Amino acid sequence: MIEQIKTTLLGGVFAASLAVASGYVSDAQANKVYVSNERGNTVTVIDSDTWEAIAEFPAGNRPRGIGISPDGKHLYVCASDDDTIKVFDAETYEFLWSLPSGPDPELFVINPDGTRLYISNEDDNLVTVVDTVKKTVVAEVPVGVEPEGMAVSPDVRWVINTSETTNMAHFISTEDYQIKHNILVDQRPRYAHFTNDGALLFVSSEIGGTVSVINMNGETGPELETKIGFEVSGVQNEWLQPVGMRITSDNEWLFVALGPANRVAVINIPKREVEKYILVGQRVWQLDFTPDEKYLLSTNGNSNDITVIDVAEQEAIKSIQVGQLPWGVVVAPN
Amino acid sequence: MTGSRMRCWCHPRHWLSVWVITLAVLCLWANPSAAVEVKTGILRVDYPVLAPVSRFDRKPDDLGFSGAQLGNEDNLTTGSFLGHKFEMATIATPPEQAVEAAQKLVSEGVRFLVILANAEDTVRITDAVGPEVLAFNALAPDNALRQSKCRTNLFHVAPSRAMLADALAQFLVWKRWNRWLLIEGSNPDDRKLGNAYRRAATKFGARIVEQRTYEDTGGSRRSDSGHVLVQRQMPVFTQDATDHDVLIAADESDVFALYLPFHAWTPRPVAGSGGLRPVSFHGSHEAWGATQFQRRFEKLSGRFLQPADYNAWLALRVIGEAVTRTNSDDPQVLKDYMLGDDFELAAFKGQKVTFRNWNGQMRQPVLLTDSKITVGVSPQEGFLHHRSPLDSLGLDEPESDCDAFK
Repeated sequence: MIEQIKTTLLGGVFAASLAVASGYVSDAQANKVYVSNERGNTVTVIDSDTWEAIAEFPAGNRPRGIGISPDGKHLYVCASDDDTIKVFDAETYEFLWSLPSGPDPELFVINPDGTRLYISNEDDNLVTVVDTVKKTVVAEVPVGVEPEGMAVSPDVRWVINTSETTNMAHFISTEDYQIKHNILVDQRPRYAHFTNDGALLFVSSEIGGTVSVINMNGETGPELETKIGFEVSGVQNEWLQPVGMRITSDNEWLFVALGPANRVAVINIPKREVEKYILVGQRVWQLDFTPDEKYLLSTNGNSNDITVIDVAEQEAIKSIQVGQLPWGVVVAPN
Repeated sequence: MTGSRMRCWCHPRHWLSVWVITLAVLCLWANPSAAVEVKTGILRVDYPVLAPVSRFDRKPDDLGFSGAQLGNEDNLTTGSFLGHKFEMATIATPPEQAVEAAQKLVSEGVRFLVILANAEDTVRITDAVGPEVLAFNALAPDNALRQSKCRTNLFHVAPSRAMLADALAQFLVWKRWNRWLLIEGSNPDDRKLGNAYRRAATKFGARIVEQRTYEDTGGSRRSDSGHVLVQRQMPVFTQDATDHDVLIAADESDVFALYLPFHAWTPRPVAGSGGLRPVSFHGSHEAWGATQFQRRFEKLSGRFLQPADYNAWLALRVIGEAVTRTNSDDPQVLKDYMLGDDFELAAFKGQKVTFRNWNGQMRQPVLLTDSKITVGVSPQEGFLHHRSPLDSLGLDEPESDCDAFK
């Protein structure tokens, strides 16, 4: 098994070197990759051209959810134990200011024009809406018990929140910040993500071990279409715990981080089937693409590294050491 | 040593049950025709007990009740989105009035009853309310309740002694601390716990190299500068023991286990009722999102959570989850769902918890704590089972004597 992994890794690195040698990479832009290290209290910065860590800076206490403004200027980090969202200059890593977030912020999502953050506050069963320009709270939306996953629909009509103990996806209208629909999913929904045409919403249930597929254009509004389960020989079912997700912009492929199963599942979206499992580091948590979608990065909390996945080949090609207990990852836009 | 022998930590109290009624917020998407209303009673039987050895172990007046209340509030929040109503009532009673109290709850419409009592009273109450009421054992660890004394309408959210002992045994065997010096108390419950450790040693290949009994001779638990005597007595009690890796205390009566660490003749770790303890949950546990759960509990109760609170919360969440998924408040419908393949519940222990369909015991991980942090969580790596590693803890199907679930 280990031999096999080595071969795959070496093969991948070799392929990458070839690509560099042939000048294939030259049209790709180097982007900074930011990784929040939950235990290390830092953010590690990686260059997506050389795949080397180029900086590490303090990011508050227990940094988890991480995101970047659409213009690439501001890096947002949930400093969970500081009960704030810290904003850093994405170039200089200088701390700029904090945003109000409510206690213990874990995850947030930024709307496409960068003016709003939607934050889940687990302690208060609230979703907090923050104006990033005025730095004020715009609305607080009561949701189910232990809100966690957040998503914004591409047309910005809906903000989705998943509540971990209520086990629902809540559909919040951005017009009046009222919940208009609720859909029950499996135990402990952690993450929500839309296809970029807004037709499908995926919700991962960590303890239930499934990804719910929600059709946004059902007859009476959003409706649960099916649930996708996972199976890896030699891995106990209990450890197949889907968490972070990313979808290719052609809406063909869904990548799902499987937590303690140390794998990223590759789901063929039209077929609603898992086609492949990619072995990565330990306790794989969150994912992000490079803007050209050539690469997918996974944070591996228990092995203190990130894995670089070749998206087209659906193979892991490299791992990069970061700080302690990497949690979230975001790649700077072009 | 002087001091009063008997001290009740909770007065037999209020015959009037306290109804915590919070109507589900009627939401526009709720279906008004689905009148699902769930009434749950929490019945705690209070026994005359001595003051605990450690004042950190004093039983708060709201023990179990606050856990149940948090579970009910969680259910209410979910219910508000679905049009389900949840109510709960609590009664603390002395044992002689326990059956009457249970019947009173039933007469008020309770169809789900969470019981915090010893094994004998748990069965007595369950039988008295009859099979139409679904009962949940949130305290009694007796294996017999899961075996010959099992009941068709009695589910166990509290882990059994067998599960607790197996959880600790797996950790010790994983550490290769296979030679055990077992010290058990002289009361019946201590003996039962001792049996659970003997069973666990056989099951996982550890060896009990010597057994001793610590006689409960009565007297008060504490006295000013009592530690001076303890420091002299415990080394003497533990001297000349056969070589051992670990000292296991079976002391459910809370008489001596807390005195063993640092006082034993040979420098060996202590586990069981003192030192490293197996528990269903602990106020310091933070993994798998438990921090939020602890914070919600502390905000509600103003204190740290105890295992009885967790068990009561779990019972309420089991009921709530079954109601959410079945859209029913019929105990029989909920029972069938709970025993079926579709039931699963997230419970802040890293994997879903479910019920064993041969005796109504909840399958669940067991935490190992030194009373300050979570030291480990069992089942331990490498202890496999054809169904689920969780079934490596406690009484498995082939050894079941329970006929009520057949």
